[in-house]
Amino acid sequence: MIRVEGLSVAYGAVQALRDVSFSAETGAITAVLGANGAGKTTLLRTISGLVTPRSGTVSLDATTLTGERPEDIVRRGVGHVPEGRGVIAEFTVEENLRLGAMISKVTLRDALSQQYEWFPVLGERRKQAAATLSGGERQMLAMARALIAQPSVLLLDEPSLGLAPLVTAQLMHTVSDLCTSSGLTVILVEQNAKSALRIAKRAVVLYLGRVVADDVAAAVAEDDQLRQYYLGMVK
Amino acid sequence: MSSFLTSRNVADVLNGITNGVIYSLVALSLVLVWRSTRILNFAQGAMAMIATYVGFAALAPSTNYWVSMAVAIVAGLVIGGLTERVIVRGLYGKPEINPVVAMVGFLLVLESVAAAIWSTSSRGLPTPFSMVDWQLNHKPVAMSPFALYEIVTALVVMIVIAALFQYTKLGLRLRAAAIAPEVSRLLGVRVGRMLTLGWMLSSAVGAVTAVLVASNYFTGLTPTAMDGVFAFGFIAAAIGGLDSPVGALLSGISLGIILQFVGDYLNSNAIILVALGMLIVSLMVRPNGVFTRSAQRRV
Repeated sequence: MIRVEGLSVAYGAVQALRDVSFSAETGAITAVLGANGAGKTTLLRTISGLVTPRSGTVSLDATTLTGERPEDIVRRGVGHVPEGRGVIAEFTVEENLRLGAMISKVTLRDALSQQYEWFPVLGERRKQAAATLSGGERQMLAMARALIAQPSVLLLDEPSLGLAPLVTAQLMHTVSDLCTSSGLTVILVEQNAKSALRIAKRAVVLYLGRVVADDVAAAVAEDDQLRQYYLGMVK
Repeated sequence: MSSFLTSRNVADVLNGITNGVIYSLVALSLVLVWRSTRILNFAQGAMAMIATYVGFAALAPSTNYWVSMAVAIVAGLVIGGLTERVIVRGLYGKPEINPVVAMVGFLLVLESVAAAIWSTSSRGLPTPFSMVDWQLNHKPVAMSPFALYEIVTALVVMIVIAALFQYTKLGLRLRAAAIAPEVSRLLGVRVGRMLTLGWMLSSAVGAVTAVLVASNYFTGLTPTAMDGVFAFGFIAAAIGGLDSPVGALLSGISLGIILQFVGDYLNSNAIILVALGMLIVSLMVRPNGVFTRSAQRRV
């Protein structure tokens, strides 16, 4: 279980997160929702060590992650697919995956074939430069590159950004399947609240850096006030 | 055939290649550092010169050429690593002028220190192969065993570096850290370590170059021995594209050949003018370099 307690982050005078606390249950999807500037991306970057908090802690089971470097946190089993996907465009598909597999405990061959089984299109395009992939394929590559290290927790930042609704639905389905089949814990940051709430077990709603709701996803989806004021959803 | 090989133009080409591979090596070491840290290492020639002094004058004055070469390479690795950790690490993310001033200052410091320790007089280094040109039908071919040694050494260094970057796990990490440092950290790459390693490799390539330059008995080893070579290597790197190792190789050799013809047919004083003219034209027409693709940028 990932536990976030009293997390506060500031960029100079701008307070991005204020005393944020929540838990992400093992083997389930926790959606983190909110409008632009709510602090969703900062939250994920703080969990993975890219941003140092002013106060508060992040822990994975009994291990405190706060204060560790990103390269050590990923070795503890926390994979992060950043906003904008972060695939290395100059690398081929397979080079991107090989990079992700360097901290994997299984052989490279096994690790690659597992990902090609989950994302067959990547196997077909393994020698292609990542720059030549479509948006959806790039998102698959970014996810596969994080999954190939066999994390126990996956941080997904806006995976649907810029994707067609059909591709988004396929991606959400894949994330949901991974959780069910491998016991993966997912923290899913999304502006597309509707599709995130459909697959999440719990939902945390951020507004200007504060948690304004932390409940089961179905309850958040049914709360008119939350939907209207914080998620911009019209019934 | 023999008259062709001994003709003036072929001699210019062969001499040009011999000089050009040295420019290519200097350009390659600049490219290695630029790709990973976006810093132009103006002290690269002086760092290489210090490594050569260590190999041939300080630590191993009485040993043979190959042992001294090995010591110089190790010294290059150490100097490169220390430079990155002590001087360069604090310059990342600072205004672009800061590393320029710092590295020019470091160049002057290194040359002053070398002069204070080893004096400014030229020091002859042992030469592993004859510098007398081979003969064909009693005519010189413009290629000596030493020149061939320079060319082969430069090519071997480039092949080793290319293979390291293209075919090894370490090379993949080095490239990733250079192109996308933040994403690399999220994948477990220790980016700081990779940047240090990039400087070490660059400095070791520089050390090999300086040993080749100083082994030439026309040049010898002085505190400023690498200044001229560095200038042409820098021009080659800028023309080829600071992001392109292949550009470093091809533009270095091309520059060497062109300048050889200029020196032979025009005037040796025109060489630097033509080189600078080529640099200016290249920057006007292809500011990112002839061999740099526009997509090759940090992500």
